[in-house]
Amino acid sequence: MRFLLDDERRAFARSLDGLLTAADTPAVARAWAAGDHAPGAAVWRRLADTGVFTLVAGEEYEGVGPLPVDVAVAFVELGRHAVPGPLVETAAAAALLTRLAERGVTAPAKRLLPSLVAGETRATLALPGTGPYVLDADAASLVLAVEAGQVRLAPGTVRVRASRDPPRRLAKPLPGGEVLASGPAVAGAARWALRWAALATAAQCLGVGAALLDRTVAYVKQRTQFGVPVGSFQAVKHRLADVLVGLEFARPLVFGAAVTLHEEGWGDVAAAKVAAAEAAYRSARAALQLHGAIGYSSAYDLSLWLLKARALRGAWGSVSHWRGLSLPPAPTGSRRPVSPGHPG
Amino acid sequence: MDLDFTPWEEEFRLRARAWLAAHVPRSPLPSLETEEGFAAHRAWEGELAADRWSVVAWPEEYGGQGVDLVSWLLFEEEYYAAGAPARVSQNGISLLAPTLFDHGTAEQRARVLPPMARGEVVWAQAWSEPEAGSDLASLRATARPVAGGWRLSGQKTWSSRAAFADRAFGLFRSGPRAERPHQGLTYVMFPLDAEGVTIRPIGRLDGKPAFAEVFLDDVFVPDEDVIGAPGDGWRIAMSTARAERGLTLRSPGRFLATADRLVRLWHAYGDPADTALRDRVADAVIGARAYQLFTWAGASRIRAGGTLGAESSLNKVFWSEYDIAVHEAALDLLGAEGELTGAEAGAAAPGTEGQGVGDRDAKAQDRGDRGAEGQGAGDQGAKGQGAEGQGAEGQGAEGGCGDPSAWTEGYVFSLAGPIYAGTNEIQRDIVAERLLGLPRGRR
Repeated sequence: MRFLLDDERRAFARSLDGLLTAADTPAVARAWAAGDHAPGAAVWRRLADTGVFTLVAGEEYEGVGPLPVDVAVAFVELGRHAVPGPLVETAAAAALLTRLAERGVTAPAKRLLPSLVAGETRATLALPGTGPYVLDADAASLVLAVEAGQVRLAPGTVRVRASRDPPRRLAKPLPGGEVLASGPAVAGAARWALRWAALATAAQCLGVGAALLDRTVAYVKQRTQFGVPVGSFQAVKHRLADVLVGLEFARPLVFGAAVTLHEEGWGDVAAAKVAAAEAAYRSARAALQLHGAIGYSSAYDLSLWLLKARALRGAWGSVSHWRGLSLPPAPTGSRRPVSPGHPG
Repeated sequence: MDLDFTPWEEEFRLRARAWLAAHVPRSPLPSLETEEGFAAHRAWEGELAADRWSVVAWPEEYGGQGVDLVSWLLFEEEYYAAGAPARVSQNGISLLAPTLFDHGTAEQRARVLPPMARGEVVWAQAWSEPEAGSDLASLRATARPVAGGWRLSGQKTWSSRAAFADRAFGLFRSGPRAERPHQGLTYVMFPLDAEGVTIRPIGRLDGKPAFAEVFLDDVFVPDEDVIGAPGDGWRIAMSTARAERGLTLRSPGRFLATADRLVRLWHAYGDPADTALRDRVADAVIGARAYQLFTWAGASRIRAGGTLGAESSLNKVFWSEYDIAVHEAALDLLGAEGELTGAEAGAAAPGTEGQGVGDRDAKAQDRGDRGAEGQGAGDQGAKGQGAEGQGAEGQGAEGGCGDPSAWTEGYVFSLAGPIYAGTNEIQRDIVAERLLGLPRGRR
């Protein structure tokens, strides 16, 4: 048992952090929100150079995966820097195609995976039960729709709609298009893709929450009122302490879900999704409150993380949906006769 | 990064499971808050110790098995999953013993630890005073140097387990406060049956005698019962305090077992349409897993040569709030039954079928009566149930989930969590200042 990131993973995180800091991702996110994908595409290429897109698919498709712990490491940094684009979706699409191939449906993987792994193609997708929209379809060359036992290559989308988190652009895939796969392998592949999507989103939430906390701690140390830093007031300190508690107890759930991603059951990945989403959201609420009015200003970069924390909370299924999945199923015959006076 | 245990660790877990299956009492022991219950729990410590299960992580020379933290955590998971009795010796084992390992002499370890491991000497803690709670360093009880030792005078309060315990440990002012109140404090072990010691029990929130005041009037303590250098007590005590907040006081096994019981309660009685309550049950499961994995991460760091410092304050805030939330969910699930203490005979208790509900209620009745007796019986009559123990006992031994009185008892106990072992306000200050680097302010 060694439940710690090794030096190699830490170095990977540091290199991503350095790369993304240098890339001025807040400006990239603002451009992306305005429909200018060029700066985002440049970041995407640099991420491809670090191997971020190789972590899901296996060797036969030129990947190095499956490496869920590395995916978690990467998406914490992607969240920390509010990187825009269909990053989770591309990882989930790789998982979908990989699992289809493992179940005998190899053609789509052979055709599509290598360019995803190389970072040349951006993919987006919709999975059953997690909402009708695909993210950033106008910036993706591959729009996958999984429904009714089929994986379709959608011919495009209905109009792109604005998210409350401006860099997230949402659209419904158009009906029709080429059917890439159908049959019994599809449902399992969709579930496998959803596990990766939930893991990556949870990790992203962790990064978003950490960025909000870091920025808020820095702000309350330098912001002075009543002649002292506002960060010296106990009401402020305790709120931020609670944010840290939330994030530090979500973190092991995210990495635990990565370690057990291949195991049966939804428990760990659901726990990670719920805890990270809640922790990030709590961080966002505290960040806005403790920044005061400047935090409410869209021109101030804090807004990029504030709004993303809310959007990611509901992405790939609500927290209540995932809470339901986190519970072990009822053993048969567990329900007992209800006694008089008992509410249940 | 992995969560795999070695074949030896897996085998150790199975040995613990087998031993517990063969030895855990089938029906719960009487409450620790009674003389009878205290004696029964003391005997249980002896039974554990006879096969070296009372302090598995200690070196063999003191009665342990010399296993590391990871194996100890596995033992704890098995212990709570088996519904085994509360640990009457926990004060000593989790607070005093680590202090002796770090700061005591070989002579002190050889003299104090083996009888602690066997439950022959049960320890109480004596930190707080009427005017020194969160601001512990402002304490006033004194240790006055005399020939061959010290004379203790003053008052300690909220002293967990003091009424029935044999000995206690705490801090005493032995010198001037100098510039800082943390100087001039000495860490002392003292007998509770010595001349000059008076113990007065205090009823906790539900009226049960749970902790005590300890009055000391010129009580003699030999030099050999001072831990570390006189005047160095604050530094030594703070290492104990970290142990108390951290994973050695509340191992994840305890909360995994509680969450498991709550899930069974939900599956047996919950209304599937009540998703609000279902979400709280889910949060209990998620929180227990989070605490388990957080602890594995900490144990991995310690194995790799690291330490846990102020992180133990994150820990303490998390488990104390978590414990209350889980019990609140259980009480809400139980509905009207969640109000019952089990102290009245004849109360119908859904969820206890097949678990000998009659016996348990009779026992609860017995507990209640004796508790009341204890309170009226004067200084030595009541018990020092304090910051440890309770929670697992009698709630899961038979795979049960729903004895309302066990949940209400656990609920009352959980309410103390954010207060003892350093209030959560103090813990949040520590988190904010030492982990987030926020400036110190006026408290």
